[in-house]
Amino acid sequence: MKSFTYERVDTPAAATAAFARTPGARFIAGGTNLLDLMKLEIETPGHLIDVSRIGLDRIEPTSDGGIRIGAMVRNTDLAADAQIRRDYGLVSRALVAGASGQLRNKATTAGNLLQRTRCPYFYDTNQPCNKRKPGSGCAAIGGFSRIHAIVGASDACIATHPSDMAVAMQALDAAVETIDTAGKTRRIALADFYRAPANTPHLETVLAPGELITAVTLPKPVGGTHIYHKVRDRASYAFALISVGAVVQRDGRGHVAIGGVGYKPWRIKAADAELPRGAKAATAALLAGAKTTHENAYKLPLVERTLASVLAQAKG
Amino acid sequence: MAIPEEFPISRRGLLAGGAVSVAAVSAAGSPDARAAVEKAPSRPPTARVAFHVNNTAHELELDTRTTLLDALREHLRLTGTKKGCDHGQCGACTVIVDGRRINSCLSLAVMHDGDKITTIEGLGLPGNLHPMQQAFVEHDGYQCGYCTPGQICSAVAVLEEIKAGIPSHVTADLSDPPSVTRPELRERMSGNICRCGAYSNIVDAIVDVAGVKA
Ligand SMILES: Cc1cc2nc3c(=O)[nH]c(=O)nc-3n(C[C@H](O)[C@H](O)[C@H](O)COP(=O)(O)OP(=O)(O)OC[C@H]3O[C@@H](n4cnc5c(N)ncnc54)[C@H](O)[C@@H]3O)c2cc1C
Ligand code: SF4
Ligand code: FES
Ligand code: FES
Repeated sequence: MKSFTYERVDTPAAATAAFARTPGARFIAGGTNLLDLMKLEIETPGHLIDVSRIGLDRIEPTSDGGIRIGAMVRNTDLAADAQIRRDYGLVSRALVAGASGQLRNKATTAGNLLQRTRCPYFYDTNQPCNKRKPGSGCAAIGGFSRIHAIVGASDACIATHPSDMAVAMQALDAAVETIDTAGKTRRIALADFYRAPANTPHLETVLAPGELITAVTLPKPVGGTHIYHKVRDRASYAFALISVGAVVQRDGRGHVAIGGVGYKPWRIKAADAELPRGAKAATAALLAGAKTTHENAYKLPLVERTLASVLAQAKG
Repeated sequence: MAIPEEFPISRRGLLAGGAVSVAAVSAAGSPDARAAVEKAPSRPPTARVAFHVNNTAHELELDTRTTLLDALREHLRLTGTKKGCDHGQCGACTVIVDGRRINSCLSLAVMHDGDKITTIEGLGLPGNLHPMQQAFVEHDGYQCGYCTPGQICSAVAVLEEIKAGIPSHVTADLSDPPSVTRPELRERMSGNICRCGAYSNIVDAIVDVAGVKA
């Protein structure tokens, strides 16, 4: 690990001010992704700003009947929150399908959204990887690509976003609230939060340097049956190969987002409209134009079958 | 002359360095000498941290890179907590911080200022075992024992998590409080890998401590 200086701040404003003062700084929250990557020198910040004690650890109602989840709310606490379990069960379900009890006790809402890909070549510093080292190439294209993207990828990168929680948030139309180094706040729909890889896969979100996530908001509850179905290589403590997060109403209408297929949780409004017609129609709309390799072509039928199972389960 | 162990210096480098330091001493006070001192390799940044481990207060000055795991093992010599993968993938390093189990390998020690940390040594020692330690012995919940401290810390916290109503992946209904069942325990213990495969005896030990028919 490269050495770094460390400071702890106690307010969001102090966090962004510290960033403005210190070039090359990074925020650290739970540390479960950043520290892992620092050990491998994939991330090499010269200064860490500890934001784990800046408050932002509350879950509270918003004025429009929705809910605001503080950026520092731990994944365990979010999954266990009574209102989240009652009104946004999909979020609880997605969270407890991810990582382990120990990791969820540390991982935060903001950190979870910003966790980086699990592409094995991104982790192996001996391999070319445009995301880790811009311009070096992509070892996954033409390499082992079983876990890689089938939609939204580019010739520079075919990595997927690994978060389970983000899939639930996307199905529920979440938005991200931030504050920047000038003290300006803004609200970004999660649908617009992640950047397509294009020629710059190292740029993963629309956040500006030093822009701090303060909260994630969800609109008012939509009711329905909430189902998160994660398919993975073992029954627990493994990342998704693909996952389906869905809210399905009695009349068959609903919202669906897919994990493990692209650089962000995959949600297509036109596919939601197809849900009453069944999994085949909805999957066709969701994964239109999919580009597969011989190793990840299995994801196409897997998404359709998993969605079919989710829709059958929702019917009860 | 003491050589700081983190800077491996070859014999040739050491001789050259010695010659430079002799020159520097003879020219002490000249601007050149001051420049030489400033160019000397700086030590890695450190930070102070104070926390309680097993009810004992400690204050340490640590290289900021030190994980909680390394602080416990290398600085406080509490070697009960084990390093398996050092990447959050095995659970051998599980300790309980302010009542919650975490992977001490994926947490910086300096981020734990003011925290109360419990390691396997703090749960119980020979002659005065924690009920969970006793149950692991009685049920043969291990073979080589390497994963055991992490398993036991995790197991103690798992029973508290179920009591606190925290749901798991196998909890059937999010509106009902979870209960101690074998599927619940297996799911909740999945962050602790046992290469010896003592899993079924580990679950027996936890069921025994929970005092339920599961
Ligand atoms: C073995 C293992 C298995 C896992 N399995 C799963 C899984 O199955 N599913 C899953 O979804 N996840 C899984 N994870 C990933 C885990 O969910 C993430 O590591 C965690 O959510 C990251 O949160 P954190 O608070 O620890 O982030 P950190 O590591 O602290 O930070 C991550 C990034 O976010 C930035 N950041 C943090 N807070 C803010 C903020 N407020 N504003 C702006 N930037 C910020 C940091 O600078 C850093 O770049 C796994 C991890 C491990 C180690
Ligand atoms: S898929 Fe993306 S992350 Fe993986 S090697 Fe290619 S550029 Fe790197
Ligand atoms: S050593 Fe920490 S999880 Fe393996
Ligand atoms: S007892 Fe050997 S690894 Fe678990």
